[in-house]
Amino acid sequence: MWSWVAHRITGVTLFFFLFAHVIDTAMVRVSPEAYNTAVETYKNPVVGLMEVGLVAAVLFHAFNGIRIILVDFWGEGPRYQRQMTWGVVGLFVLLMIPFTIRHLSNVFGH
Amino acid sequence: MSLTSIPQPRSPYNARKSNNFELNSWLFMRGSGLLLVVLVIGHLFVNLWLGEGIQQIDFAFVAGKWASPFWQVWDLAMLWLAMLHGTNGLRTIIDDYATKGTTKFTLKTLLYFATLVTVVLGTLVIFTFDPCIDPASTLEVCNNR
Repeated sequence: MWSWVAHRITGVTLFFFLFAHVIDTAMVRVSPEAYNTAVETYKNPVVGLMEVGLVAAVLFHAFNGIRIILVDFWGEGPRYQRQMTWGVVGLFVLLMIPFTIRHLSNVFGH
Repeated sequence: MSLTSIPQPRSPYNARKSNNFELNSWLFMRGSGLLLVVLVIGHLFVNLWLGEGIQQIDFAFVAGKWASPFWQVWDLAMLWLAMLHGTNGLRTIIDDYATKGTTKFTLKTLLYFATLVTVVLGTLVIFTFDPCIDPASTLEVCNNR
């Protein structure tokens, strides 16, 4: 139930970010300066912190999505769905810790 | 009172218009989702983990990536799959929470319009990208122009 709620919330978040991301990338068609200015925003410390949240949304949505696929298509999937939820959480934490350290040192250590 | 039509008891079950759209979109979510796990996490790994991460991203970085058809195809696939995956997700959410027919119609029209504009814009950007858009560019690819 909660993983279903989180899947929806992260999905909607990522979808709305996608619009912003296509538009900022489209600035490469205007001029190098326009693009560099747009991308500067992403190097701002506050936005840098939001990027950690964005990557968290990607990783949760990705791993929970794989869990949904396994529940749907793998014969033993429904039986192990609870254990797989813990697998999602474990994998999420395992990747978020190094990413957060690396990304924040890139954002703040510059 | 509106007119309700009740089919004859012996009329064939599939007489009404029916197709496999919902089944296909359900399958699409799983197929595209699996591909997007690879495409998006690969995208994040190359752009945010390798090198200087976020600090390395600028016009020259994009020009370097899109000099290779590999990344052009990668980004194009990511754009289309993510947009369609997200649009279909939002369509489901609208169907779940909007109760009035007109609300559903308005929201979906807005959604499909935004998707169309974004996919067309993104596709054009990838296909018409010019690393030497600035005539004074000092990028290596622009040296012999």
